[in-house]
Order: sequence, then structure tokens, then C-alpha cells
Amino acid sequence: MLPSYLTMAAILFCIGLYGALVKRNAVIVLLSIELMLNAVNLNLVAFSKYGVVPSLTGQVFALFTITVAAAEAAVGVAILIALFRARGTVHVDEFDEMRR
Amino acid sequence: MDSFTQTAWLIPLFPFAAFLLLTALGRGYRRAGVMIGSIGSLLALIMSLLVLFERLDPNAVDYSNSYKWIDLGDYTLKVGFEVTNLNALMLVIVTAVSFLVNVYSAGYMKKDERITVFYGYVALFTFAMLGLVLSDNMLVFYIFWELVGVCSFLLVGFWYARPAARAAAKKAFIVTRIGDAGLLLGIIVLFWYMPGHALDFSSIHNVFNEGQSGAITMTITTSIALLLFMGVIGKSGQFPLHVWLPDAMEGPTPISALIHAATMVAAGVFLLARTFDIFEASAAAMHTVAYFGGFTAIFAATVALAQNDIKRILAYSTISQLGYMVMAMGLGSMTGGMFHLFTHAFFKALLFLAAGSVIHAVHTQNIHEMGGLGSKMRITAWTFGIGALSLSGIPPFSGFWSKDAILGTALDEDPFLFAIGLAAAFCTVLYMSRLFFIVFTGKSRVRQPNEVRESGLAMAIPMVVLAVLSVVAGFVETPWNGWLGNWLTGGGEEVHANGFAIVASIAVGVLGIYVGWLMYGRAYREQSPAAARMPWLVQLLERQYYVNEFYNVVIVGTVRWIGKLLHAFDEHVIGGAVRLVGFTAVAGGRVMTRLNNGQTQTYGLTAVIGLVVIIAAIVGRRFW
Repeated sequence: MLPSYLTMAAILFCIGLYGALVKRNAVIVLLSIELMLNAVNLNLVAFSKYGVVPSLTGQVFALFTITVAAAEAAVGVAILIALFRARGTVHVDEFDEMRR
Repeated sequence: MDSFTQTAWLIPLFPFAAFLLLTALGRGYRRAGVMIGSIGSLLALIMSLLVLFERLDPNAVDYSNSYKWIDLGDYTLKVGFEVTNLNALMLVIVTAVSFLVNVYSAGYMKKDERITVFYGYVALFTFAMLGLVLSDNMLVFYIFWELVGVCSFLLVGFWYARPAARAAAKKAFIVTRIGDAGLLLGIIVLFWYMPGHALDFSSIHNVFNEGQSGAITMTITTSIALLLFMGVIGKSGQFPLHVWLPDAMEGPTPISALIHAATMVAAGVFLLARTFDIFEASAAAMHTVAYFGGFTAIFAATVALAQNDIKRILAYSTISQLGYMVMAMGLGSMTGGMFHLFTHAFFKALLFLAAGSVIHAVHTQNIHEMGGLGSKMRITAWTFGIGALSLSGIPPFSGFWSKDAILGTALDEDPFLFAIGLAAAFCTVLYMSRLFFIVFTGKSRVRQPNEVRESGLAMAIPMVVLAVLSVVAGFVETPWNGWLGNWLTGGGEEVHANGFAIVASIAVGVLGIYVGWLMYGRAYREQSPAAARMPWLVQLLERQYYVNEFYNVVIVGTVRWIGKLLHAFDEHVIGGAVRLVGFTAVAGGRVMTRLNNGQTQTYGLTAVIGLVVIIAAIVGRRFW
């Protein structure tokens, strides 16, 4: 069973990575990051159930991750709204302040 | 006892001091510069004469003294000087011509801006030449040999603003260098095989004396002799390497007289005399030397027949006369060679100085733009005439006696070379009478005839002195009086009194003058009737047998081609590698700049690619 979970998680992660690197809209980039985090959660749960040493630790970690991801999403959306107010756009490719 | 002989090492130091002073003074002191140069060479001349008078004593013994220079393990390198009769004679020749040229240059170079520099170079040359003459071993000899080459280079290229002078200076240096390489190899081989690695001339004399080359095998002796002879070929303008000497006429005329007629080019002949024992030990080497000399004599004499530049004619004449000297050496007559060197130094220097006087008056070197100068320049014409008669071998002028000594030896040793020598003598007379008649007789063809006047005293006096010397110098060795030969070789050589040789050479001389008068003397013609009938021959001679063209194509072309090849290697392979390194850095920088565009997503992508590369590397190692 484990390989199919891991494959599923890998596919999810890749979709998330693709979205984070390619999409122009900052909201979709944030969503893609959530997708990658969830792929990790899936891995944690899968290993806690079917791993070499099954235990509850993995699931606890998954709960923690979900909490941190929620906080991250809140901060991310807050920054995004602030940026939209300042620049009037949510397109990632127009934010190149790091260049200067 | 021999007080002057023991202080002979002072002689080169007078001109050297003059050189240092002149260099320190700079260009400002024009009159003082002339005085310093002249006094330096005058002191050297006086000193040389004193040494010579001491040597005239039949009981005088050779004196040599040397100082330790470098200790190399068991071997000690010495530097020293030696006074023998041969050296004493050369000392006087060099200092006498040098002093007279110094005086002459005061007039000839009067208007030149760099006259002090000129005098400095001449003093340096005199120093080097005297050092060469006095040196007691081959190594010191070689050092001074190169130094005279440098001075020759500097003085040929003295008017360096003229491209021809620059080219000639380079040519003189490079061509003689080929010979010098042979000389250096010869010295190295000699050093290797000599017992105790001795390089001094007295040891060489002892080892090779009387043909008993027991210590050194015949093959080695011959190769040493031939390698040394390469140096002679280069310096004395013998056949394959003669091409630099005519071009060297781009230098000031006093220099042509001093360096390229009387002294430096005679250094090769002097080397032959100095290492005569090595050559005598090898019959093959002697034959080579004799035939090279004979061929050069006739070769250069024929070329001189068709030249139109007064100095070029004299240059080819010098080559031809040096050929005579070398031939005499090769035939075993050191006396003949040195005797001809002695007389030739005076009359050829005289001819060059007179030619300089002519050039000074008419501002051209083309003999067809002269003509009729005899009436306006009496001293020049008379002294030139004396020099020409002496060179032509007309008795009682000095050239007759020395040329006769050589021809007499040749008749005894090798009739074929005698015939060649006689033919060359005929050509000599012919080109000298052509030169004399075209320049000094007939109607004037000068562009500005009113400006032609006799040169000043400074130039006339040296010419007159040399003319007197040209007349009397021959009497030191005559068919009935072998004084010079006995003095030089310690009575080793018998006098070659040969009636047939004397009669033949006088006949050739008179015939040559008559033919010359018929062709050029009666009336001026651009081209003699004989020449008009054989234009191809005139062309061949005028272009100097196309030797220069041949060298240009075969040797210069090859060297250039190799140079181009190496240049291409440097340009494309080495330079290409360097450029590739630079290009890589620049291209890498460009790519990195493109990556650093401020886009978070690009940074992320870069990180992902890096991660993929690392993973691929780690995973890939398993399949390695």
C-alpha cells in the first residue's frame, strides 16, 4: 500500500511545485504551496500507518503541519492583500524588488 | 726590458676612455668630441708604433700576460693579452687607419647633428678591434669579435632615419651572425678536445704545430678548422655570406673605410693567421679555404665590373681582395695573406676616403652622374689614382708586391688557383680603370657643377698620408727581400720569387688599364660596346648573380614561412586557449546575471534545478 500513497504524494507535490513556479497569480501560488504541504502530510500519515515502525507520531506531526500551514496561509494572504493595495496587482512576475 | 710591450694592454684603453668620455659628454660638445676621439686614437697609434719598434728588434720574444677570470672547478678561465709580431703589425694597421679616419671624419661629418655619437661609436669600435687583436685566447677573442660586430651594426645604421640603412644594419648583423655561430661552435669543439681545455693561442700553436695533430684526430682538426672558417666567411665577406658587405655601404663613408675595408673585415683573415696551425694541420681544410678564397676573388671582381654605385664597386673590390687574402692563407702562405691585408688596409681605406671626398662634393654615389672631376678635385683625383694603381697591382705601388706574393705562391702550389687569381686581377684592373675614367675624366655630368670643389684640409691630409703609405708599404716584402715574412713567421717561409708570376701580373695590369681606357677612357659612354652586345651578362653582373634574390626566396622565404607558422600557432592555439578562458568567464557571468532577475519564481526554479542535479549526482553514482 505504501508505494501508492507515496506516488500519490509525489504527484501532488509535483503539481504544487509546478504551480508555485509557473503561475502568475499570487493567490494560486499560495494555493500551490498548500498543495505541497498537504503532499508532505500525506507522506507523514502514510509512513505512520505503513512504515517500518508504525506509531501515532506521524499523525501528530501532520496535525502540527496543518496548524502551521494555516498560520502561513493567513500571513501569506495578509502580505498579498497589502501588496495588492500598494501595487494594484497580484501578478507575481511584476514583483521584482529583490533585483535592486 | 720590453717596457712598452708589457704595457700593451693600455692601447685599447685609450679609445675606450675616449668612448666613455664622449658618451658622458653628450651631443653638445661638437668640437671637443672630435678632439677627444682623435686624441684617443692618436695616443693608441703612438703606443702601437712604440710597441712595433720594440718588436722590430730581432731578439724580441713574444710576450703574453693573463689574469685569472673565473675558477670553474679544476679549470681556470683566463683573460689576457699577447704581443707577437703579427699582433704588433695589426695594432699599427688598426690604429693608423683609425686615427686617419678620425681626422677625416672631422671634415666629412662636420654638418652631421650626431657627430659626437659617431665619434663615440668609432672609439668603441677601435677599442673592440684592438682588444680583438691583443687577446691571448679564443674566448676573449670571440667576445671582442662580437663587439666589433655590434659597432659595425651601430655604424652601418648610423643614419637610421633612412630605411635602407636600417635594413642594411640588420642584414649585416644577421648574416655575420650565421658565421659567428660556426665560430662559436668551433671554439666549443676546440675547448672540448684541447688538452687541459686550454684556449690560449700559444697552447693551440703547440698542440697543432707542424701538422703533428697527435692529441687531436684528423677529423676533429678538420671540423674545428672548418667551423672557425665559417666565422671567417661571415666576417670577411667570403662567398656564401658576402651579401651583407655591399649593403653595409649605407653607413657613412669613413666607416666604410675603417670597418668595411681596412680593419673589421680583415679580422677574419687575422683569425686565419692567428689559428694558422689548426688549418695547417688539415690539408682538407686548407684546400677548402683556398678554393673559397679564390672563388670569392673572381666572383666579386666580376660583379664589381657592372655596378654603378661608387661605394658598391669598392665594396665588391674589398670582397674580392679579401678573397685573395683567404686564398693565400689556404695556399699556406700566411705571409702573403697578412702582407696583402697590410697593404690593402692602406690603399682600400684611401680609395674609400677619396670616394667619400667625391660623394661629399657631388652629393651622389652614381658614377654616371660624376665625370670630369679630375680638374676640379686634384688632390682627390691624384690620391684616388694612386690607390687605384695600387689596387690594380701596378709596380711599384704596394698592391703589386702583395698581390705578386700571393700569385707567386699560387703558381707554386696550385696553377688552377693561379689562373683564377690572374683572371680576378684582370677584372680588378678593368673595374678600377672604368671607375677612374668615368668619375675623373671626360666631360662633367654633375647636376650642379659650380658647387664641386676640393674637400678641406681635414679630409685631404689623411688621403695624402694614406697615398704615401700605399706607395711605400709594399717595400717591406719584395721578391728579393723577404723581411716581412721572416719577421712574421720567424723565418719559416722561403721567398717565392717567381719571374713568370711577376711578368704575368704586370702584363695583366697594363692590359687591363689599356682595355679600360679603350672602353671607358676615350669617350664617356653609358654602356660599353661589349656590354651592349651581351645585355644578359651585364644584367647578371649588375644584379650580383641574383644571390640576394636567391637568398630572399630560399632562406628568407623559408624562415618567414616558419615564422608565419609559429605565429599562427601562437595566434590560434595559444591565443585561442586564452580567449576561450576569458569567454567562458564572461559567458558564465552573463548567464548568472540573467538568473538574478528579482523574480522569486526564477530563484525557486534555480534551486529546484540545483536539487535535481544533486539528486541525479547522488543517485547516478550507483550506476557508475
